[in-house]
Amino acid sequence: MQEQLQALRAQFDTALRQAEDSTALEALRVGFLGKKGHVAGLMQHLREFSGEAKKEAGLLINRLKDDIAQALSLRAEALRQAELDKLIQSAGQYDTSRPPQAPAGSYHPITLTQRELERIFIGMGFAVEDYNEIVNEYQCFESLNIPKHHPARDMQDTYYLDNGQVLKTHTSAAQNAIMRKYGAPLRAIFPGRCFRNESIDACHENTFFQMEGIMIDRDISISNLIYFMKTMLSEVFRQDIKVRLRPGFFPFVEPGFELDINCLICGGEGCPTCKNSGWLELCPCGMIHPRVLEMGGIDTEEFTGFAFGLGLTRLAMMRYGIKDIRDLNAGNLKVLEQFPS
Amino acid sequence: MLVSMNWVRDFVNLDGLDLEALIHRFTLSTAEVEEVIHKGAQTRGILVAKILTVEKHPDSKKLHLLTVDKGSEVVDVVCGAPNVRPGMHVAFAPAGAVVSGMELTRAKIAGYISNGMCCSEKELGMSDDHEGIADLDELGLEYELGAPVERYIELYDTIFEVDNKSLTNRPDLWGIYGVAREFAALTGRALGPVPQTDLNQYEALPPVDISVESPACQRYCGLKVENVSVRKAPLPIRARLHACGMRGINLLADLTNYLMLELGQPMHAFDLRRVSDICVKTFNAPFVFQTLDGSDREIDANTLMICNGSGKAVAVAGIMGGFDSEIKDDTSALLLESATFDPVSIRKSSSRLGLRTDASARYEKALDPELTIPAVGRFLHLLLQCDGGVKVISRLSMAETFRYPAISIALKQSYLDRYTGMPIARERVTAILRSLGFGVEEQDWGYQVGVPGWRATKDVTMAADLVEEITRVYGYDNFEISSTRSLLAPVRPRQGKTDETLIRDMLVLRRSLHEVHSYIWADKAKFRELELEIEPNVRLLNSVNPNHETLRRSMIPTLLTFINENRGYAPKFGIFEIGRTVRGLKDNGECDERRMLGIAVYGREITEEALFFRLRDMVDELLRALRHAIPVYPKAEPEHSWQHPMNTFRIELEGQSIGQIAPLHPRQGQKIDKKAAIAVAELDLGLLEAIAPLPLRYREPSKFPGIDADLSFVLGAQQAFADIERAANALDCEWLESIKLTDVFALEDGASVTVRLAFASNSKTLARAQVEPYIEQLVQTLAEKGIPLKQ
Repeated sequence: MQEQLQALRAQFDTALRQAEDSTALEALRVGFLGKKGHVAGLMQHLREFSGEAKKEAGLLINRLKDDIAQALSLRAEALRQAELDKLIQSAGQYDTSRPPQAPAGSYHPITLTQRELERIFIGMGFAVEDYNEIVNEYQCFESLNIPKHHPARDMQDTYYLDNGQVLKTHTSAAQNAIMRKYGAPLRAIFPGRCFRNESIDACHENTFFQMEGIMIDRDISISNLIYFMKTMLSEVFRQDIKVRLRPGFFPFVEPGFELDINCLICGGEGCPTCKNSGWLELCPCGMIHPRVLEMGGIDTEEFTGFAFGLGLTRLAMMRYGIKDIRDLNAGNLKVLEQFPS
Repeated sequence: MLVSMNWVRDFVNLDGLDLEALIHRFTLSTAEVEEVIHKGAQTRGILVAKILTVEKHPDSKKLHLLTVDKGSEVVDVVCGAPNVRPGMHVAFAPAGAVVSGMELTRAKIAGYISNGMCCSEKELGMSDDHEGIADLDELGLEYELGAPVERYIELYDTIFEVDNKSLTNRPDLWGIYGVAREFAALTGRALGPVPQTDLNQYEALPPVDISVESPACQRYCGLKVENVSVRKAPLPIRARLHACGMRGINLLADLTNYLMLELGQPMHAFDLRRVSDICVKTFNAPFVFQTLDGSDREIDANTLMICNGSGKAVAVAGIMGGFDSEIKDDTSALLLESATFDPVSIRKSSSRLGLRTDASARYEKALDPELTIPAVGRFLHLLLQCDGGVKVISRLSMAETFRYPAISIALKQSYLDRYTGMPIARERVTAILRSLGFGVEEQDWGYQVGVPGWRATKDVTMAADLVEEITRVYGYDNFEISSTRSLLAPVRPRQGKTDETLIRDMLVLRRSLHEVHSYIWADKAKFRELELEIEPNVRLLNSVNPNHETLRRSMIPTLLTFINENRGYAPKFGIFEIGRTVRGLKDNGECDERRMLGIAVYGREITEEALFFRLRDMVDELLRALRHAIPVYPKAEPEHSWQHPMNTFRIELEGQSIGQIAPLHPRQGQKIDKKAAIAVAELDLGLLEAIAPLPLRYREPSKFPGIDADLSFVLGAQQAFADIERAANALDCEWLESIKLTDVFALEDGASVTVRLAFASNSKTLARAQVEPYIEQLVQTLAEKGIPLKQ
């Protein structure tokens, strides 16, 4: 028996060494451990023994059976590992520097700048309003205290339409309608597209964006205006901004101001950008003219307010370093694709 | 406008003050200073000297050999000026002096040593005259030889420039005297008077005959003067004009200009031989008039003219004098005009004639008519200084048609405090207003303020205007700053705004489209290139670019020009814009302006149909996100010539048509790119905004197995998947969860479509037999509509 066992073991070891894949291994398992396999065959011989000898022979056969099962299992694992390794090796390494199949879309830089500003204003409790691009002369001028033949109309090269309306020359044209819509107190910004009838070059566009803001409440003062502009602009430029007011003439504000900020390039030391003054002229603002409030249906005995106009197009150009204003309306995707979010 | 600080100092003593700082203060309190010029900064060391002898240079026709007494010694000088004479006082630059940045050295000129140079007016910065050397004897002064020349003439000055646009609201600042008043207010120093001749002494003389026939002439003052013999204005007058950017002409013209710069009052001197009486009027019939610049001007019935006694036009009122009546070299008698005209009338005439002058610019700003009389007094004062022999031969005569009402404003302390948000001392308020010429009576409640005439023509009319005067002089840099005390209130975003944000995000981030901005008008040249029709619409009346005439009715054509210009950009790309279009006029005559979304997609290596459906899916996706609803796309007649005649569809949401979708018409398609497909869609975001989002309806998924039934139908050319869908929904079967299109293939005349009906119940497992009747009914209904089950 002992000899038979050893011979069988030797036969198995030889066959195992020759089994190169899982199919051969399975055939081996069936050949040795299957119901009609060699080990089962040995079990048939047990009948020839009895007593202690039978017990001992049974033990030996079972041990052989376990040994063969374990060897098969180890060999199976090794083969699987080899197959996986082969699969892994066959994959090859990926080149992640390959350009994307579907390139990203892009937002217009004005949209991105506008969103950033709107976020700041919404955070300060401002409503974001919208208004027509085509307005009446009343909205564009009269309601803003710019009567016919007022020299201020000289400053604006207005596009007139054949129905008597105009393309709005400034976002202020929405002031009257928004005051009438909400009444006071009121906090609103109204970004919009404006038009000036002039020849275009790298610095001039006939179509551009502004963002106007108004705040009307009881006891709004010049002190509040300065505080607000400083706070708001510090948010916009994400640094502490110094502001300076100068008198500026706009018929719809009184007093009216030009607001300068400390030059962001040189920090106020003086450089070519600020013409060595240390200051950059940024936006017109002022206390809303009492007549403008009145025309907007707001009680000037009870309410005062301030208004300011931001050059959205100019801010976008400053923010992204866009040198030629015409790039914004030219639809050149090589320019626009650079603003994915 | 250029301002000479020397001139300002004629009226306000600024001694001991830093001029640069003061000019900076002017920027912060009055108007922005664009540039500060230091006149004479490149010149130093010039002395008063006297020419003792003059000899001709032996070898030169032009040069003279001079001996010059420069006080400390007598030196030899070689000089090329023609006007040298013995005894002449000159501005002498000895060796070591600097003229226009060049240092002079002792040098040999044409064989003779020259120890310096006699300076011309140009070299001294006094005028453009470089013909000869400056003749200091013109000034009629006693000179100390060797003294610095700046003791006698304004060699040095600080000039600053203010952009005229920042002065549009301040007629008073269009003269040096008004600027001096600002400096007096800013420094707290006194403003001196303007020296003038008392005109009352001429009351007994005959009047000038002045008749004013038009209210556009607010006031006309005239004065006649004769016996003028001096032709050239003295150096100081010419130097001031030069410093402020004007050229010297002759004594009378220079004096009128001097007055205009000093007081802001334009004046005109007529040759008395041509003009001895005045009539101000308009002419019914248009005619041609030659102005003093030699140009022929078309004068129409609206242009106010100054005429002489015989009714002949002699000047365009407030704008420019006539060629015939201007001061000539031999003029010895004049009629002086000092007048005020209606600003709007001048403004209109000036733009009609295309002629803006220093005078018209001032009149447009609404000048104070009261200024006309002191201006005459001042003119006469200066004229008598220049030419002692002149004789006034009329009294000051005046005709007027209009006076500005006197303005008195009650400024409440509470009103002022509300505007400033911080206290400004009462005495400071009063002092500031008075320094600007306002009359102030302090009251318990505030201040009763009288507005001076030069601020009362339009500029200061109400309390808010006074707030500006007070705060700007007080200085905005001196303000304490503080937050508002406004109440908290919720802010709700508008639906339209939320829509736009989501549309942009989805198209950019999900669909990789590019957002563009295009113009609101059609560009003729670009449209012609693509054979795009410019649809009749509202037109621009006055565009400086003749290519821009008609506003766009649709977003698509301008997007197509961009597609065209970007066709080499990538094999496939898409662009979109949220913008405005105009669909003609509304009933009230105003533009029917629409807020639109336009999308255009382009692709090579893709069929037109596949591209169209890619776009259709985008629209589906957008509207599902925006309104939780899927639109339907009924076939439509093309509204625009660039839409494909076969496949133009309306975009219909909740029964309302909100846009159109179509492949591009091959006419434009072939122009742009024969190898590419292009499809476009347009949505009216205003109409969309009016459709409320459908509420989301949650339906618990069935826990029981359902039954799917796949059916294939044959659709004719005129039939659509929607017909099957509609019939399935009409079954009104509570178990029908969905109907999906799983396969399509084209047949010769129509298409074969396979649909999957999914049935499920919330309460039980369905048996095939339970849904079979519905399927049979659907098949039968469709068969009756001519959509047979595929065999």
